[in-house]
Amino acid sequence: MAVLVNKNTKVVVQGITGREGSFHAIQCKAYGTQVVAGVTPGKKGENVEGIPVFDTVKEAVEETGADCSLIFVPPPFAADAILEAVDAGIKTVICITEGIPVNDMLPVKQYIKKYYPDTVLIGPNCPGVITPEEAKIGIMPGHIFKRGKVGIVSRSGTLTYEAAYQLTTRGIGQSTAVGIGGDPIPGTVFADVLKWFQDDPETEAIVMIGEIGGTAEEEAAEFIKSYVKKPVVAYIAGVTAPPGKRMGHAGAIISGGKGTAAEKYKALESAGAITVKNPSIIGETVEKVLKGNL
Amino acid sequence: MKIHEHQAKEIFRKYGLPVPRGYPAFDVKEAVEAAEELGTWPVVVKAQIHAGGRGKAGGVKLAKSIEEVQQIAAELLGKRLVTFQTGPEGLPVSRLYIEEGTAIDKEYYVAITLDRSKSKPIIMVSASGGMEIEEVAAKNPEAIITHTIEPFIGLRSYHARELALKLGLPKNLLNKAANLFTTLYKIYIELDASMVEINPLVLTKNGDLVILDAKIDFDDNGLFRHPEIMEMDDPTQISPLEVEAKKFNLNYIKLDGNIACMVNGAGLAMSTMDTIKLAGGEPANFLDVGGSANATQIANAFKIILSDPNVKAIFINIFGGILRCDRLAEGIITAAKEVSINVPVIVRMEGTNVELGKKMLQESGLPLITADTMWEGALKAVEAANKQK
Repeated sequence: MAVLVNKNTKVVVQGITGREGSFHAIQCKAYGTQVVAGVTPGKKGENVEGIPVFDTVKEAVEETGADCSLIFVPPPFAADAILEAVDAGIKTVICITEGIPVNDMLPVKQYIKKYYPDTVLIGPNCPGVITPEEAKIGIMPGHIFKRGKVGIVSRSGTLTYEAAYQLTTRGIGQSTAVGIGGDPIPGTVFADVLKWFQDDPETEAIVMIGEIGGTAEEEAAEFIKSYVKKPVVAYIAGVTAPPGKRMGHAGAIISGGKGTAAEKYKALESAGAITVKNPSIIGETVEKVLKGNL
Repeated sequence: MKIHEHQAKEIFRKYGLPVPRGYPAFDVKEAVEAAEELGTWPVVVKAQIHAGGRGKAGGVKLAKSIEEVQQIAAELLGKRLVTFQTGPEGLPVSRLYIEEGTAIDKEYYVAITLDRSKSKPIIMVSASGGMEIEEVAAKNPEAIITHTIEPFIGLRSYHARELALKLGLPKNLLNKAANLFTTLYKIYIELDASMVEINPLVLTKNGDLVILDAKIDFDDNGLFRHPEIMEMDDPTQISPLEVEAKKFNLNYIKLDGNIACMVNGAGLAMSTMDTIKLAGGEPANFLDVGGSANATQIANAFKIILSDPNVKAIFINIFGGILRCDRLAEGIITAAKEVSINVPVIVRMEGTNVELGKKMLQESGLPLITADTMWEGALKAVEAANKQK
C-alpha cells in the first residue's frame, strides 16, 4: 500500500531542462519512477533522455496523464509553478525549490485549501517523497531505502537519510518516507502525514523527525493523542540552537521564546510518542518498538 | 535580515506614517550637528543595534544640552551594548539616532508577523506598550488583541478600526490609527517583511499618535526583490566569521564551544551540535555546507572554522546524498594542502560513494580520526578536544 505515491504514479517534472531538474528527472526515472513528462515554457518538442518536454503543465497532463508534479523551478517563479500544477488538475505537487519568499506562499496555501482541498502540496524546500522499490519522487539517494513497514516523516532532508539508513542497515524497511520541508509555510504538516500512515495497513510504526521553530510538532502531538494508535518514535533537532538565529532552514528559528526543542519534546512525550534525544539511536529504538520491547 | 531603528523609521516616513524628527549619527560631531538641526530640547540619543531591550541596558538616553549630547554620544559610540536579547558579548554601537523628545501620555504595542500555525499573517495590538511583549503574553495574555489576516483580502480599514476601538484609543484618532495599521500591513507585504513592530506607539500629551520605536525584519528569501533594503545591511551587527562565510555561500553561525562541526544539511547540522553536547562537549558553530559543496567550498569552510581561536577539534559529519563522499574526501585533502590544520579532525561519512571516499582519505596519509556513526564521532571529538586543553 504505502502512502501518497507508488509505481502507478505518473510524474511531470516542472523545470526539467534546468541543471537540477534534468539530473533528478533522470535519477528518478532510473529508480523506476514513471517520469512521463517535463515542462519548460518555450521548449515544447524537446526531450530529456526520452522524457518529452511541454510548454505548460496542462498540456503535459492532457498528453501523458501525469497526476503528480515534481518542481525544480527557481524561487522567483516557483509559487507560480505550484499554482499552475494545481490548476492543471495535478493531485500531488512536490516542490523541491528552496528559497521561495514567504509572502509568495501566503496566497498559494490558501488557494489550494479553498479551491482544491483534495490536492496535496509537499514542501517547498523538501527532499520529496519515496515509496521504496516503487517510486522515488525527489532528490534523495534511493539506494539507502528499502521497502518495509516503517513510515518516515521529516522536516529535514539529510536527517531523513540518516534515519532511513539506520533502519535499512538493521534490515528494517520503510513504507514511504515523506520530507515535508523546512519552510515557515509548508503545504503539508506532520499531522497530515501521520494520518496517512495511521490509515495505511502496510505501515506498522512511524518515525517523526522535527526541528526547532513554529508549532507543527506540538500540533502533531495533539493529533497523535487523538488519532494515532501506531507507535511513533520522535526526534527533534536543535536542542542546542540559540534563540533568534535562523538555523539554515527559513522555518528553523526560535523567536519570542517559542519553538524550542524542549517544548516540542514535552508535548510529544505527553502524547505518548517515544522520544529519542540521540539521533544515532533512532534505528535501534524502532527495532525495539517493532519487537515489542518498548 | 535585520535593520536599524533609524532605517525602519525612514521606511515608515516614506509611507507617510507619523515618526518624530531625527537623524542618524556615526560620530560625536554628527550627533551634535543632529541635535542642533533638531533645535528643540530635550533630544533622545539612541544606540542603534540589531536587538531590543536597549532602554533598560542604558542605550537610550535623554539629553537636555549640547554638552549632554556630546557626553552621551562619546560614552555610547564604540561600546558593546549588552541587552537581554544580545547574549553576554553584546553588540557594537557604531551609530546613534538623535531624535526629538516626545511627551508621552500612553504607550501601545502593534506588530504584524506570520502566524505559522494558520499560515496567515497576524496583527497584534496591546494597550500594554513599552514592555516586552513576551512578558505581557506570559503574564497577561488577554491584554493582547489579535486579528488573523486573510491573505486574499488583506487588512481592511474596518478590521483596523475595530482594533483601534478595542485598544480604547480616543475617538478622534480612530481613522489615523486605522490608517497606521493598514499601512503597516502594506509595508509587511510590499517589502517582504517577516516582522513589523512598533513598541511603543504613543499617544502624546498633545493627543497625537507617534511611532516611538520601530523594528522591521525581512524575509531573506524575498530580498532579491528589494536591492534598496539589501543596502541597509550592517555587517558590524553579525560576527565577522559569519560575514566571511556568507561570501562563500556557507551557512555558518558562531557559537561559544570548542568543537567545530562541518555538516551537509541544516537538520543534520543541528543534530550534530546536539550530539556533541550529549557527548559532553560544546559545539563551536553551526555549519551547513549544503548539498552541492565542492572542494573549494570545503577548503573555505575549514578556513572559517579554524579562524575561531576557541576551536580544539573539528567534527565532519556528512551524509552523502547529492554531495558524494568522494567529493568531500577530495575537499578535505585539498583543504589540508592549502590550510594548516592544527587541531584533530574527526570524520564520519556515510552514503553515496562512501567506500571510495574512505579509501581516498586513508591513502592521503592525513592524520584523521574516523568514526562509523554520528555518536562515535561526537565522543571521539570530545575526547580529542579535551586532550588539547
